[in-house]
Amino acid sequence: MSSEWPLWEVFIRSQHGLAHKHVGSLHAPDAGMAIKNARDVYTRRNEGISIWVARSADIHASSPGDRAALFEPSNDKVYRHPTFFPMPDEVKHI
Amino acid sequence: MYAQLVETGLKEVQAAADMTAEEREFQARIDADIKIEPKDWMPDAYRRTLIRQIQQHAHSEIVGMLPEGNWITRAPSLQRKAILMAKVQDEAGHGLYLYCAAETLGVSRDQMIADLHAGKSKYSSIFNYPTLTWADIGTIGWLVDGAAIMNQIPLCRCSFGPYARAMVRVCKEESFHQRQGFDIMLTLCRGTAAQKALAQDALNRWWWPSLMMFGPSDATSVHSAQSARWKIKLLSNDELRQRFVDQTAPQADFLGLRIPDDKLAWNEARGHYDFGDIDWDEFNEVIKGHGPCNRDRMRTRTKAWEDGAWVREAATAHEAKRAARDAREAA
Repeated sequence: MSSEWPLWEVFIRSQHGLAHKHVGSLHAPDAGMAIKNARDVYTRRNEGISIWVARSADIHASSPGDRAALFEPSNDKVYRHPTFFPMPDEVKHI
Repeated sequence: MYAQLVETGLKEVQAAADMTAEEREFQARIDADIKIEPKDWMPDAYRRTLIRQIQQHAHSEIVGMLPEGNWITRAPSLQRKAILMAKVQDEAGHGLYLYCAAETLGVSRDQMIADLHAGKSKYSSIFNYPTLTWADIGTIGWLVDGAAIMNQIPLCRCSFGPYARAMVRVCKEESFHQRQGFDIMLTLCRGTAAQKALAQDALNRWWWPSLMMFGPSDATSVHSAQSARWKIKLLSNDELRQRFVDQTAPQADFLGLRIPDDKLAWNEARGHYDFGDIDWDEFNEVIKGHGPCNRDRMRTRTKAWEDGAWVREAATAHEAKRAARDAREAA
């Protein structure tokens, strides 16, 4: 028999209140084993205080071909950045 | 290195004029240091070469556990046992990071393992040498992991995102491996005459195989030149080997050990150490499967995989049963 264990994506939250971050993937037969394996593979040196795992097959991602349509519209909206508005030197605390 | 003699399947380095529009755009992204991600378009040869390279690298980490695992029960103290176990566990982790990176290119884990066991996919020549004494464990950490770091640090900047990210993780952990090896050597060299002789004996046996790890000179290799253009090989074999010798020779001096090479000498004009000729016949024999431990390593790996089959099947069956029960209860 050669049915591979499914692939899981692993997300780890480090200390200091940061969001969970993708760190890699692994194979496991079920979610419980995926978390146990993730502990051994991705947190051997205190890298995290919380683990999420999700079946890779369940993740939907944007496609590289849609990059322009999705992200270029924000390029011409520089006024969304505070540095767009020059402030006189005399004005403080703004 | 951990991936030696990686072929690109190409006869010559591709010139811009011979590229399709897609290939030119791809090369432009690499030239601009933009990372290539798994879903991006990439030339077939780039994909296949990377699969071969990352796979070899992963196999090396996994097979590399064998010569060291051999000493876990015989390490001279409880602390040394615990340290060696942690080190070997790291190697398993490194293998897993790398297999995952290779899988993003569309090759399955089972396929890679089958290729290793069938002898179709290689692993580093260095792991086909035996670990005869405790000093060999020190020497492996000091020299073999030292050489690995030399190779892997530039790979943190390689063009393929998942490979580069795996290398960042590996490099963070590898430094512990090298230091624990040097610490074993230091302890032996500060010990009795017999202990120091063990250290010297291990260095005598591991020095040349360590230099061979970097692979033959690739100054004229088409594959290396193409891999360099793709930024999946950042420095030449000779450059890496020279760096390794330059870094290691003073460390051997500090230990009071003699590197087994009469031609090894500091060259003031070059600003580098000169060193003697490597026996490439030995390297080629080991690569072809005729090293001291090739057959034993593959026998051990294959046996572990086959002996574990029932566990993998049982876990799958258990999960299928649980899913079926959940479905029944939900209905």
